[in-house]
Order: sequence, then C-alpha cells, then structure tokens
Amino acid sequence: MTPITTSQILLALCIGFAFGWLLHRGKVTNYNVIIDQFLLRDFTVLKVMLSAIVVGGIGVFVLVNLGEAKYAVKDANLLGVMLGAALFGIGMVIYGYCPGTSLAAMATGSIHAAVGVFGMIGGAILYALTFDWVKPNVLSVWSYGKVRLPELTGIPDFLCFLALALGVVALFYFIERRDARKKLR
Amino acid sequence: MTLDSDTSYRSILKQINWSPYLAGIGIGVLCWIAFGVAKDPLGVTTAFSRISSLFAIPLIGAEGVAQNTYWKSMPLHFDYGVIFLIGLMLGAFVSAAVSKKLQIEVVPTRWIERFGGAPIKRFVGAFVGGVLVMYGARMAGGCTSGHGVSGTLQLALSSWVFVIVVFATGIAFSVFFFGRNRGQP
Repeated sequence: MTPITTSQILLALCIGFAFGWLLHRGKVTNYNVIIDQFLLRDFTVLKVMLSAIVVGGIGVFVLVNLGEAKYAVKDANLLGVMLGAALFGIGMVIYGYCPGTSLAAMATGSIHAAVGVFGMIGGAILYALTFDWVKPNVLSVWSYGKVRLPELTGIPDFLCFLALALGVVALFYFIERRDARKKLR
Repeated sequence: MTLDSDTSYRSILKQINWSPYLAGIGIGVLCWIAFGVAKDPLGVTTAFSRISSLFAIPLIGAEGVAQNTYWKSMPLHFDYGVIFLIGLMLGAFVSAAVSKKLQIEVVPTRWIERFGGAPIKRFVGAFVGGVLVMYGARMAGGCTSGHGVSGTLQLALSSWVFVIVVFATGIAFSVFFFGRNRGQP
C-alpha cells in the first residue's frame, strides 16, 4: 500500500466537502424530504440524483474518451445486488437516510441520524461476520461481471446518454407541471 | 438574483435551499473531478466498512478482525475514501452553519405524524434501519452514492438494477410503513 500524499488528502477533503455541502443545500439531508420521495409526495431526491447522473455521465463519458478517466464498473452479481438493494430500500424507509446523507445529517445536528450511524456500523460488522457464507451462496449467483448497458443492449454509448437525458428532461417537465397545478389548487 | 455578479454569488451562498437541479448539477460536475482528477468515484460505504472494523475489535477481538476474510480485503487505513467522509461531514456542517440551519433534531416530523414523539421508538427504528441499509449496501457492493450516482452514470448494469430495486421496494414498503394517506398535509 502506498502512503497517501498531502495533495490526495486535500483533494479528498475538498471533494467530500463539496459533496456534503451540495447534499445539504439540495435538502436531501432532511429526513422528511427523503420519506416524502418514497411516498411520492416530493421529488427532490429524484431531481438531485437524475441531474447528477445526466451531467456526471456525459462529462465522464467525454473524459473517458479523451483518456483522462477510466470507468470503474461494479460487478453485476445480480442476486446480491437485488437482495442487497431490497434490504437497502426497506432499511432506508425505516431509517430515512442512506449512508452519505446520514453522515451529512448527523453533522447538521440530527441525533436520530447519529443513532442510525451506529446501526450502520452494526450492519457492516454483521456483513463481515457473514461474508464467508454470503460469498459462495449469494455473490456468486447470477454473476455476469462488469457489464455496461451499451454492451448488453448493443446501443452505442452516446445514444444511451441521449435517451437518458431526453427521458430525464421529459420526467422533470412532467413533475414540474404537476407541482405547478398542485400549487394552483 | 441581480446582474451584479458579486452580489449574486453571495446571495446564492446565503440562499438556504438550492434548486434540487442546481445541487444535482453540482454533484454531476463533482463526479467529473472525482473520475478525472482523483481517479476515485464518489462512494461512501467501502470506506465506512473499513472504519467499522475498528468497532468490531471490542466484539470479536483484534485477532478476530485480522482473521476475517472480508476485512482482509479492505483493512483499516486512512485512505482517500475515509478522508472523503470527513470532508463530507465538514461540508454539510459548514453549509448548515453559514445558513443558520444547524439544529438538534431528535425525532423528525414525518416520524412523529406516524409513530409519535417518543425518542426511544425513533432511535430503535433508526438503528434497525441503519443495520439493514449497511448490510444491504455491502451485499450489493455500493449505496446511493457508489451505485446510485457513480455507477449509474457509467451506465453499469449492476447500478441501474440497484437503484430500480431500491426505489421499487422503498416505495412499496413506505406505503405499508407510513400508510397511504397518513400525515398528508
């Protein structure tokens, strides 16, 4: 392991700082906002995530093509991903936060978020203790490796991003119109 | 916002709630830096797991942690990801502090509307939810940051499956957990 350099420490602090700042300003460190997203009453969480995905995706795609960045795709071991995601979705409704937003919320004074952070530590320990069973029985099932949608579907990257961007803009337009009509009522 | 650039910058920093689109675009741009400069996509739970091994020492002993297959693959050290988490908390804290939004929150509104104001009930919920969130995130190989933003923007199959299953289970479970019309303003 190579020791971390001062510039890396500064970079990590700055990127983390900006991320925490944006999460707070985007209101997704607020418990009620996250719960209202699951109850489909407020679409702030989707607006933040989808704008980030479209803007980030197109920029990173350009960087990758310029040779300035590399993709780091996670394994599509689909049983583990689906089972984990289902536990995550249920947990997120009960807790009201995901790992990133919980740490940010704790830093702004949320006591219950801090209690949940200890729960998350418990969850991480539980996972490490059960890993020897999970690995052969869950993680190796339906395992397709580091697959990307363009390879899977045969649709070229730029078309995927174009379709994604258009779909997201259309969805935002629909949500804003719905919200405007709600306000009028 | 005025045309005077100096005051408009200042007013946007002072503005407490940014448009979710602006926050999302900011996170997208941050992903360019994370991929292009830091060469490490935004993510929370991997670093979180490293830190958790520290808390496992009182439970299973330093020897037990050292022998654990999972923690062998991600030993505790203050790497880029761990420092990123410190930055994240600082960023959220400073954002809340400068906008005078630092506030102790013991039980949030949506929870009170459904389950009442007893802190102990909320703390149990936060803890149990936190366990599920982190166990699920580790099984799936990422969370709302690592899969939900960094993974989806790479058009990774695993990450799109993750977010779709998280939202599907979350939306379905929240109806059961919070009730369809409860707390409706």
